[in-house]
Amino acid sequence: MEPSPPPPSPQSAVPPTAALPPVAHLQAKATLLLLAVGLLVVGAVLYLLYARGAFETTQRLVLVAEDSEGVSVGMDLTFSGFPIGRVRRIELGEEGNARILVDIPKKDAHWLRESSVFTLVKGLVGGTGIRAYSGVRSDPPLADGAVRKVLAGDATAEIPKLVAAARDLIQNLSALTANDSALAGTLGNTQAMTGQLSGRLKSPQGALGLLLGNEQDAKKVVQTLERTNALLLRLDGLAGRADAQLFGPQGITPRLNEQVLGPKGLVTDSKATVQQLNGLLGDARTALTDVRGTLQKLDAVLVEAQGVAANTRSATTDLGALRGEVESGLRKVEHLVNEINRKWPFARETELKLP
Amino acid sequence: MEESSASWRGAAQELWRWAQRWAAGWWRVIHLGAQILALALSPSSYAKALRPGLLRHIYQDTAANLAWFTLLSALISLVLIRIVVVTALSYGLTQYALEMVVRVLVLEIIPITAALFAALRATIANGAEVAALRAQGEFERQQASGADPLRSEVLPRVLAGLVAVNALALVAGVVTLVLAYLLVYGFTPWGFAGYTHTVGRVFTPAVSLIFALKTFFLSLAVSLIPVASVLYDTGRRRSSRTSAELQALVRMSLAVLVIEAASLAGNYY
Repeated sequence: MEPSPPPPSPQSAVPPTAALPPVAHLQAKATLLLLAVGLLVVGAVLYLLYARGAFETTQRLVLVAEDSEGVSVGMDLTFSGFPIGRVRRIELGEEGNARILVDIPKKDAHWLRESSVFTLVKGLVGGTGIRAYSGVRSDPPLADGAVRKVLAGDATAEIPKLVAAARDLIQNLSALTANDSALAGTLGNTQAMTGQLSGRLKSPQGALGLLLGNEQDAKKVVQTLERTNALLLRLDGLAGRADAQLFGPQGITPRLNEQVLGPKGLVTDSKATVQQLNGLLGDARTALTDVRGTLQKLDAVLVEAQGVAANTRSATTDLGALRGEVESGLRKVEHLVNEINRKWPFARETELKLP
Repeated sequence: MEESSASWRGAAQELWRWAQRWAAGWWRVIHLGAQILALALSPSSYAKALRPGLLRHIYQDTAANLAWFTLLSALISLVLIRIVVVTALSYGLTQYALEMVVRVLVLEIIPITAALFAALRATIANGAEVAALRAQGEFERQQASGADPLRSEVLPRVLAGLVAVNALALVAGVVTLVLAYLLVYGFTPWGFAGYTHTVGRVFTPAVSLIFALKTFFLSLAVSLIPVASVLYDTGRRRSSRTSAELQALVRMSLAVLVIEAASLAGNYY
C-alpha cells in the first residue's frame, strides 16, 4: 500500500513539474529564447573584443618616461585629441625608467613619423594623457617597435620645485630675522651706538668730542677757534687804519681831490684853456667868413677875369696889374690859411702844458 | 557569582549552537549547489524525458520577466544617463560622462538589479514551490517511483533562475549601452567609433572577467539559496516554513552583498 501523502491545502497545492499544464510551442519558444540570449552573449563578447582592438593589426611603440605615475594600462595615446593608440603594458626598464608599451593600430600609425614628439601631460583635473605631435608630415613613418623618449609636460611637477624654492627663501628670511643673525647684530650695534652717541652728545664736549674722539683734540679745536677770533679782531683794526689813511682828513683821497678839483687844480686850468680855445675858434670863424667874402670877391674877379680874358686880345696892358692883384689875393689866402693853421690848436699842437 | 558565570556559559553555548547551525546551513547550501552544478553539467540531466520540464521552467522564469525588466531598466537608465550627461556637461567633463554611464549602469547597477528582480519574481517563488512539493510528499513519492526529485524538480528551477538572471542582465546591459549612445550622440552613426573606444577602455580584461563572474555568482546565489534553504529544512521546522523562507531571504541578501562587495573591491582596488 502506498503511503498516503498529506492532503495539501488549496493555497499550497503545487503540481510537480511533470504535471504542469502544457505551454503551446514550448520547445520552439524556449529554444528561441536561449538562442537569442546566446546570440546576445556572443555579440556582446565580439563587440567588446572589437572595442578592445582585438581584431586590429597593431604596431608597437615604446615610450620611455622618467616615471610612470598616472599612466595606466588601457590609457589612450592621443593625436590631435583623437585616440590612436592604447597603452598595453608598463614595465620598469633596464635603467630604472618606465617603459610604456603602446599598441597603435596600423590604420592610425601613419600619423606618427620619425620626428614625432610624445608628451606625458598630467593635468590638475582629470587623468594623465599621452599625446603625440607630428610636426613634419613628410618624414618617414615611425617604424614598428620604435623607442622614443616621452617628454613630461606636467602642471603639478613645478609645484614641488616652487615649494622648495619658497622654503629656501623663507629659511633665508628666518635666518636674517633670527635673534642671532647678522642683521639683528647690526641693528643691536646701531642701537648701542645710538645710545653712546646720545650719551656723548650730552657730555661737556658735545658733538665735537664725539667727532674727534678725545678731549685734547676737542680742546685744540676750541683753541684754534679762539686764535682765529683774535686774528680776525686784529685784521679788523688793520682795516680801520687803512680806511683812515685812505679816506681820513689827512688821507690820500682828499689831497688828490684838492689837487685835481681845487681852485688851483687841474680841472680849473683846463677850463680856462678851453675858454681860450673857444675864443680862438670864434676868431677862426670870423676869419673864415672873411675868406668866404674874399672868395666871393674872387668869384667876381674871376668873372671879371673872364671878361678881361675875353678882352685880353684887345687889352693886354692891364694884365700885369691884374696879375699882381691875383697874386696878392692868393698870397692873402695863403696867409689866411697859414693863420688859421697857426690858430687851430688841435691840428698841430698836441702838447698840453700844465700850468 | 555562580549564577552569572552559569548564565555566561549558557549564552556562550547558545552562541556556539547558533554558529554551528549557521555554518551547517551554509554548508548545506554549498553542498546542494555543488550537487546541482554537477547535475547541470551531466548530460543525463537533459534526457528527453526531463527536457520539457526544464525548458518550461526556463521559459517561464525568463520570458515573463524579460519584457518588464527591460522596460523598467530602460526607464531607469534613461533617467540616470540623462542626469549624468547633463551634470557632466555643466561641469565641462563630457569626456568622462560616457565612461561613467557605462561603469555605473552596466557594470554595477544592472547586474544586481537583474538578480534582485529575478529573485523577487521567480526564484523565491521557486523556493516556495519546492517547499510546497516537499510538504506534499511529492519528493518521497518520486523517490519511491525511482525518479530523482533533485533532477526533475530542483535542477530545472535553479537553472531557470540562472538563465533568467543572466539573460535579464545581458539584455538590460545591451539596451542601456544603446540608450547611452543615443542619448549622448543622438541618431547618428558618427559617434560609433568614439563610443566603441570608450566602451573598450572601460571593459578591460580584468573588469570584463569580474563583471562576468559577478553576474554568474549573483545568479547562482539568487537561484540556489531560496531552494536550498527550504530543501534541507528539517522536519522540526516544517511547522514554521515562513521562518525558513525568511532565513533564505536573509542568506540570499547576505550572499548578494558579499558578491557585490567583492566585485567592487576587485574593480576599484
